[in-house]
Amino acid sequence: MSTASAAIQSGSAVLPRRGGVLNALSDAFWRNPRLLLFLMLTPPVLWLGIVYLGSLLALLLQSFFSIDEFSGLINRQFTLKTYGELLLPSNMDIMIRTVVMAAAVTVAAAIVAFPIAYFAARYARGKWKALFYLGVMLPLWSSYLVKVYAWKLILAKEGILTWALGKLHLQWLLDAWLSLPIIGGNSLSVSFTGTFIVFVYVWLPFMILPIQAALERVPGNLIEASADLGASPAQTFRNVLFPLALPGIVAGSIFTFSLTLGDYIIPQIIGNSQYFIGQAVYSLQGTAGNIPLAAAFTVVPIVVMGLYLWMARRLGAFDAL
Amino acid sequence: MRSDRLTTAPVGLKIAAAAGLLFLHVPILLIFVYAFTTEEKSYQWPPPGFTAKWFAVTWNRPDVWEALTLSVKVAAISTLIAIILGTLCAAAVSRSKFFGRETISLLVILPIALPGIITGISLRSAFSLMNIPFSTWTIVLGHATFCIVVVYNNAVARFRRTSGSMIEASYDLGADGFQTFRYIVLPNIGTALLAGGMLAFALSFDEVIVTTFTAGQQQTLPIWMLEELVRPRQRPVTNVVAMVVVLVTLLPILAAYYLTRDGDQVAGSGK
Repeated sequence: MSTASAAIQSGSAVLPRRGGVLNALSDAFWRNPRLLLFLMLTPPVLWLGIVYLGSLLALLLQSFFSIDEFSGLINRQFTLKTYGELLLPSNMDIMIRTVVMAAAVTVAAAIVAFPIAYFAARYARGKWKALFYLGVMLPLWSSYLVKVYAWKLILAKEGILTWALGKLHLQWLLDAWLSLPIIGGNSLSVSFTGTFIVFVYVWLPFMILPIQAALERVPGNLIEASADLGASPAQTFRNVLFPLALPGIVAGSIFTFSLTLGDYIIPQIIGNSQYFIGQAVYSLQGTAGNIPLAAAFTVVPIVVMGLYLWMARRLGAFDAL
Repeated sequence: MRSDRLTTAPVGLKIAAAAGLLFLHVPILLIFVYAFTTEEKSYQWPPPGFTAKWFAVTWNRPDVWEALTLSVKVAAISTLIAIILGTLCAAAVSRSKFFGRETISLLVILPIALPGIITGISLRSAFSLMNIPFSTWTIVLGHATFCIVVVYNNAVARFRRTSGSMIEASYDLGADGFQTFRYIVLPNIGTALLAGGMLAFALSFDEVIVTTFTAGQQQTLPIWMLEELVRPRQRPVTNVVAMVVVLVTLLPILAAYYLTRDGDQVAGSGK
């Protein structure tokens, strides 16, 4: 490097030729770009291939094993018995509960995200644009557990929400809500409602950003043309804005849906004792030692996400990412 | 000038957008208030009083320091691996078209596209199949795998904006491949790598789901927090740690934002 820096210091634009191994190597790469490409790709592909894909395949393989009910040992013979166990009513409940929650969270996140994304894409300029961007990025990147913890503080019985509703004399509303079957519970922090709110909160930025990206590509005069032609704001939204934003919404929903399918921390900390897929996987591989069933359970989100991604691709969602 | 610059937002939209942003930020700000509360046992609101003594208590807790040290160590090593592997991958994908290119970008994205629990349980079962004992390195294996994509995304975006003609000019002027990398490519992608590295660090520092599967008995800071959430010992200490974690993760994110903000003005971007 000394000749190079000397050349730069002396102000000469043309570097003198260097000899040696490095130069020969450089020439070899120049003559054979495939060699360089191969060398560049080998480390990352080896890492991802061995560490990630390798363990993923090993896991999938184990889902075809079964567990001996009496000895608790894993029987290494190919069988679909474990997948059959997924169809047991108790396990079907877990899967349905998780998928319904993921769908509800996705819809709610899209509804809350849209105005933020629309404002940021169409009206925010300059400083405000930066403020909106950081306003979405900071919660997105700040600690997941801290966010969950913050909601524990808010939703707990003695927490801020109960206090605020008490001040507003709306305590009866909360009590009525909590007395509802399924979604209610002892307090918001041990109910599906609480789980739902925290899921929406934690994944919301993942929904805002792709919608904003999609809306930024919608020309403003399209909205004005719609208004000029006599459409009400609601009609403009339904016939112009929403179809154009749909790829962004679908792109965002990939995140919200997938993240909800796999999460087990939020339902564990803010939720009741009824399991989601993630919790089932965690307890099956841990205390129960039933790796085959845990592995079969993980296939559910993989298959659901595979179908979802395939549909999203057809809706053009990947262009909005 | 585009006509949409002149219009102002309807009031309803303004309120909805502002409410949305408030919804995103108020819970995090609450943590800061709780870090100073005098209440020890419950989540009582409003706080009965304010004190700074919990900062001193937290400072003297060895378990917090151990968890913090492990977290920083894991995040630093994972970030370093992610920068190397992510940059190599980005350079290869952006400079040429080759068979299997799409597959490789999919492979990089997969660890964060699939739920973290799948990565976690896969790694754990692989460790147990191969009799690998849990250590700092088993945590790093998991973290580096999903950090690669962050560096990769940042680097790929910058590579695409870096003009190929500058590299050709460098060769024309007699520089070899290594000199071109050192004096042309690296200065151009440097800030993107730094930004990607910071995001990778924040991602690793905060990761909990994969870590629960690969850590064994060790505690990173998020694992420590999770433990406190499930089985609380001293609640005010959790509040203080939560506040510190917010500050520690926000700084690299702000820095990454400033580093990539002016990305459009990179030299030779008129490609």
